[in-house]
Amino acid sequence: MARIGHNVSLPERARRIRRHALRMGEVQGQGYIAQALGIADVLAVAYFHATTYRPDDPEWEGRDRFLLSIGHYAIALYAALIEAKIIPEDDLETYGADDSRLPMSGMAAHTPGMEITGGSLGHGLGIAVGMSLALKRKGSRSFVYNLFSDGELDEGSTWEAAMSAGSYKLDNLIGIVDVNQMQADGPSLGVLNFEPLGPKFEAFGWFVQRVDGNDIDALVDAFDKARQHPHAQPRIILCDTKMAKGVPFLEARERNHFLRVEPQEWAEAIRIIDAGVTA
Amino acid sequence: MRRSKYERPAHLIGNAERPRLTTSAMIASIAGADQPTRPAPLGHALSALAEKDDRVVGLSADLAKYTDLHVFRAAHPDRFYQMGMAEQLLMMSAAGMAREGLQPWVTTYAVFASRRAYDFICLAIAEEMLDVKIVCALPGLTTGYGPSHQATEDIAMFRGMPNLTIIDPCDASEIEQAVPAIAAHRGPVYMRLLRGNVPLVLEEYGYHFELGKAKLLRDGKDTLIISSGLMTMRALEAAKELRKNGVDAGVLHVPTIKPLDEATILAECARQRRLVVVAENHTVIGGLGEAVAASLMRSAVRPAAFRQIGLPDAFLEAGALPTLHDMYGISTTKIVTRIKEWLDE
Repeated sequence: MARIGHNVSLPERARRIRRHALRMGEVQGQGYIAQALGIADVLAVAYFHATTYRPDDPEWEGRDRFLLSIGHYAIALYAALIEAKIIPEDDLETYGADDSRLPMSGMAAHTPGMEITGGSLGHGLGIAVGMSLALKRKGSRSFVYNLFSDGELDEGSTWEAAMSAGSYKLDNLIGIVDVNQMQADGPSLGVLNFEPLGPKFEAFGWFVQRVDGNDIDALVDAFDKARQHPHAQPRIILCDTKMAKGVPFLEARERNHFLRVEPQEWAEAIRIIDAGVTA
Repeated sequence: MRRSKYERPAHLIGNAERPRLTTSAMIASIAGADQPTRPAPLGHALSALAEKDDRVVGLSADLAKYTDLHVFRAAHPDRFYQMGMAEQLLMMSAAGMAREGLQPWVTTYAVFASRRAYDFICLAIAEEMLDVKIVCALPGLTTGYGPSHQATEDIAMFRGMPNLTIIDPCDASEIEQAVPAIAAHRGPVYMRLLRGNVPLVLEEYGYHFELGKAKLLRDGKDTLIISSGLMTMRALEAAKELRKNGVDAGVLHVPTIKPLDEATILAECARQRRLVVVAENHTVIGGLGEAVAASLMRSAVRPAAFRQIGLPDAFLEAGALPTLHDMYGISTTKIVTRIKEWLDE
């Protein structure tokens, strides 16, 4: 567990993550803000319930590794890293700007707490396989989490990694899929039908759970079960999320993979988020 | 030009002589009949390295036996990872292992590393400057199995990848020396591999591998052959043959393609004005030849003439390797003939 802020509720963490993300979006006036709003609950549970880390020592050997395969979700992970005090809050004013530590697509060399360079989609799960094998070799008890997207299920490399993780029975690997049903060209299932998803991973030897990725109680339960599962197999949590969750006028946009938001709308979105859950 | 697949071979329809040579096993030996060889230099060198360095692990994509990694697997079974016939995963998992402090040695065929896994080497490994060593068999034209297995453009592709060091060794002793040298270099390395019974060529020249260094193996006043990989072996044989014809050929061996030892190359080209021939087991596009040409153009050094010996910009034929090496002009006899012609121009 993270050793900070035990008096702050997970819904409040999720609210703050959404708020940090919206403030970064406002800096650029556009971006992958719908993904950030959709995945905020998952990140809140990951960073404030499930994973072990030290905010003042992001490369501490005993940490759980949290990989962001989906580089364009960087805005979401930065928000979580800010909330986890791994990145100072005022860094968000530089999001996507020259000389920023927070580039638009996540890169390991740029940002504390960013474990890998994602962005070329389909890389994260395979890197996670290698890290999981290496951690076992070192006798480490840390978990490797890889957050990837339903769009990355189109990539063959994801399935190479899925087969390998099952074959090596990597019980220290936890995959998290953001099933938000939206890709660059439109709704995911219209781009390439990856269903039935749970049975696919089960057939590859994984312990599979599918949950509402915006239900914090369900997520807590799923992360607990993933970590405590007694059998030697990799674990995956398929999280059905809603794009732009928490800001209804953005949820309603039909094509929200990359959102352009008018200047006055940012303030409105933040007002809506602030009016929601509090500690 | 290749004939139509509906035309039968000449000797089956006429009186043409039946071809004598046949395509050998996947990896044809490049050793001459009486040439001394050593078996599996990579496998033995890597096994020895692993004795001294706990970080070293070996990864295969279902080709351990064909990349000499089976020797390492036998010596260190607990440090060998079978990643399956999945080259993208091979590179991704190596990146993950390197992130956790291991030094993965990854082997497959050069065609698969370059053509299939490029994005994964580029972004997961090279961009992060991770300590992964990629060692690949069947470089250039070293199999008669056709374009699916002939890595004729691997160096062209990999030269464009920042952070990546590229090595093209000539013989067994050089592979043995290169293994600890590239292990000591922190960062990604791509090395072309000669496997099986690999010729011993360089020991008689008192040669020792140094990362990033080109070395003059023999001097010659009429022409300088600049070469890498197995073409250095061919260049040395050609130089001996040319000597009998009164032609004095020098050989500059350039095992490190990137970063290129431009200082030595330019110094050798400048020291004596002569025909400069770059010989490489690679397409003439984007390899050592063009790298040397560009280096010369950027400098004030002007050789008497500049020529390339390499593979054509084409998908190559299948068949017996000696036939193909003759056909594409990289056999010793073809090198001798072409250099004599160029000197007569």
